[in-house]
Amino acid sequence: MPLYDKDALDSARANHASGGHDELSTVANKMTEPLDQFQTISGIPVEGVYTPQDNSALNYDKDLGNPGQFPFTRGVYPTMYRGRQWSRRQIAGFGTATSTNERFKFLMANGQTGLSTDFDHPTLTGYDSLHPLSEGEVGRLGVAIDTLPDMAELFNGIPLDGVSISLTINHPAIVLLSFLLEHAKDQGVSWDRLRGTVQNDSLKEFHGQKTFAVPPRGGFRMTMDLVEYCTKHVPAWNTISISGYHTREAGSDAVQELAFTLAQGMAYIEGGQRRGMSVDTFAPRLSFFFGVHMDFFEEIAKLRAARRLWARIVKERYGATNPRAMLCRFHSQTLGSTLVRNGMLNNIVRGTSQALAAVLGGTQSLHVSGYDEAHDIPSEEAMRMSLTTQRILGSETGVPDTADPLGGSFFIENLTNEIEERAMAHIKKIDNMGNGSMLDGMFAAIESGYIEKEISDASYNYQKRIENKDYVVLGLNEPIPDATLPPKLYEHDDLEEERQKERLANVVRRRDPQITAGALDALREGTAGDANLMPLVLDAARSHATEGEIMGVFREIFGEHQDPGIF
Amino acid sequence: MDDPRPIKVLLAKLGLDGHDRGVKVVARALQDAGMEVVYMGMRVTPETVASRAEEEAADVIGISLLSGAHKKLMQAMIKSVEEREIRDEVLILVGGTIPEGDEEELAAIGVDGVFPVGSSLSDIEHFIREHRKPRA
Repeated sequence: MPLYDKDALDSARANHASGGHDELSTVANKMTEPLDQFQTISGIPVEGVYTPQDNSALNYDKDLGNPGQFPFTRGVYPTMYRGRQWSRRQIAGFGTATSTNERFKFLMANGQTGLSTDFDHPTLTGYDSLHPLSEGEVGRLGVAIDTLPDMAELFNGIPLDGVSISLTINHPAIVLLSFLLEHAKDQGVSWDRLRGTVQNDSLKEFHGQKTFAVPPRGGFRMTMDLVEYCTKHVPAWNTISISGYHTREAGSDAVQELAFTLAQGMAYIEGGQRRGMSVDTFAPRLSFFFGVHMDFFEEIAKLRAARRLWARIVKERYGATNPRAMLCRFHSQTLGSTLVRNGMLNNIVRGTSQALAAVLGGTQSLHVSGYDEAHDIPSEEAMRMSLTTQRILGSETGVPDTADPLGGSFFIENLTNEIEERAMAHIKKIDNMGNGSMLDGMFAAIESGYIEKEISDASYNYQKRIENKDYVVLGLNEPIPDATLPPKLYEHDDLEEERQKERLANVVRRRDPQITAGALDALREGTAGDANLMPLVLDAARSHATEGEIMGVFREIFGEHQDPGIF
Repeated sequence: MDDPRPIKVLLAKLGLDGHDRGVKVVARALQDAGMEVVYMGMRVTPETVASRAEEEAADVIGISLLSGAHKKLMQAMIKSVEEREIRDEVLILVGGTIPEGDEEELAAIGVDGVFPVGSSLSDIEHFIREHRKPRA
């Protein structure tokens, strides 16, 4: 069924061509348009008005479908937020597990409905708190987790089967998830009752988050070992959160973010299939994570395009028959890089606009970045404001009451198509690099520095637009009256690092060194061979081997990745 | 008279911090402005930076830090440069998420310029041209 009637479209086109009967046309002609072309933040040209003829090829059933129907452009669930609102999931992490546990409880008391953990750089990159490279960064931008007892402390007093838990960790994902699974055992919570997500997106580390520990191929094996193990043993767990957020923060535009994220996802699907896994069994537990920038309509269109593209790719290219395998379910986060120091409270407006775009784009969960994050990690007050922003959107605006309320908008549908086409062009390039394999294509694109270079170009172009005031940001390249309240920022406690080092030393002192050494030896042997790593890491976690020791084995066998310093 | 030789800038990220968007943009901008730019990448140690600065006779060391560890790491950076006795030849700059309150403290330990997030590229370029240290 065509979305618009052909005769009506032809008549509209003729009417437009002849100048129409617009009574205001004489007025409009007097209002001069700037000569420059209008464009989205990502450089997609924007017309002054969109009409049905801009979407004349759109087919409702084929291209949109109802919410909950293939290709899921309008949403992954039939009832969307009427059935269940998005999860309010503010990420948190700083200092020791004890401090972050307190922050978790504060967030839950203030309307948080899902937990998300931010780890410090030593944990993210697989080094212990006592490692010399960790100096000064222990517990600084996230929580320091070195051992199983740290994980137990992090969730102290929080029933693991009562809330969904997200672990934002990549190369050491297999280690941190093992800590959590062993903690669940100790709590008597069976693994089939655990709900949550581990980021585990090893590929995006090389162009997005840059907290890699090992080279791409070793990281990929760790990712897929986790996927294979959890698909069998932790069935409700989301095994990868395929992430575009960090790629966007690294400076990509919206189209690149979408394209590279889906390309990562395709590589994981092919990785699973190469192991003989059926896409219908593991793809339902792959989820996504996108950033949401300031360009309101571009972001909404990007999220809609993501669902349509993913559904088509998984069904048509990878042969899925289970509709759940085709769903692009995603978490969204308003982008930290859009926050401005000067006029700090203005960031509440930015966060609200980006959060609204995420909701109109059909997100499953949301984090609104704190208004004070251009200064430091967020204060409690800023996190309370972020939750309040979400609650107001959820209860006062009426926005959640109908699914995909912008579906059918001439502009949105046109922009959704445009972003889909542009993203596909990037994906095809990578596909060609792998001669028809996205897995090989992604290795080639990462190892040759292609993706980093692409992002670096986009990032520099964006910054030049800021410098030239082609894109105006209040308080950044446009002065604003100095009305900043004295900020009540997060105050970092430098003693947290010492406390964590002591905690770690205590755990190491108390464990049975022979059992730990045995577990690490078994892990080394398994890593050098082709065993699934997860059972071996679980044993090592149980023996109180540290994260750094376990990751050390992987660095030893897989090697270390050097930043090529591409700019 | 301005020194006619092109200005040589050495950029790096210290520690485990992975936020490299800003430093790459600065690298491109300074290169476009005619400077010779070497970007050493992430997870570099102060000692490696100082040794490379000496080797390359760099005019500027630019360190990017968004990890919150800027005080400790910049202290180590200055110390490494002093140990190689090139402190008087090189301008030491830092950029990233540096809270306003820490700028004075960084100046006190010997950092020549602080460029927090949101700094303009042309300000960085002009600062370097204005404060470049004369060479024998």
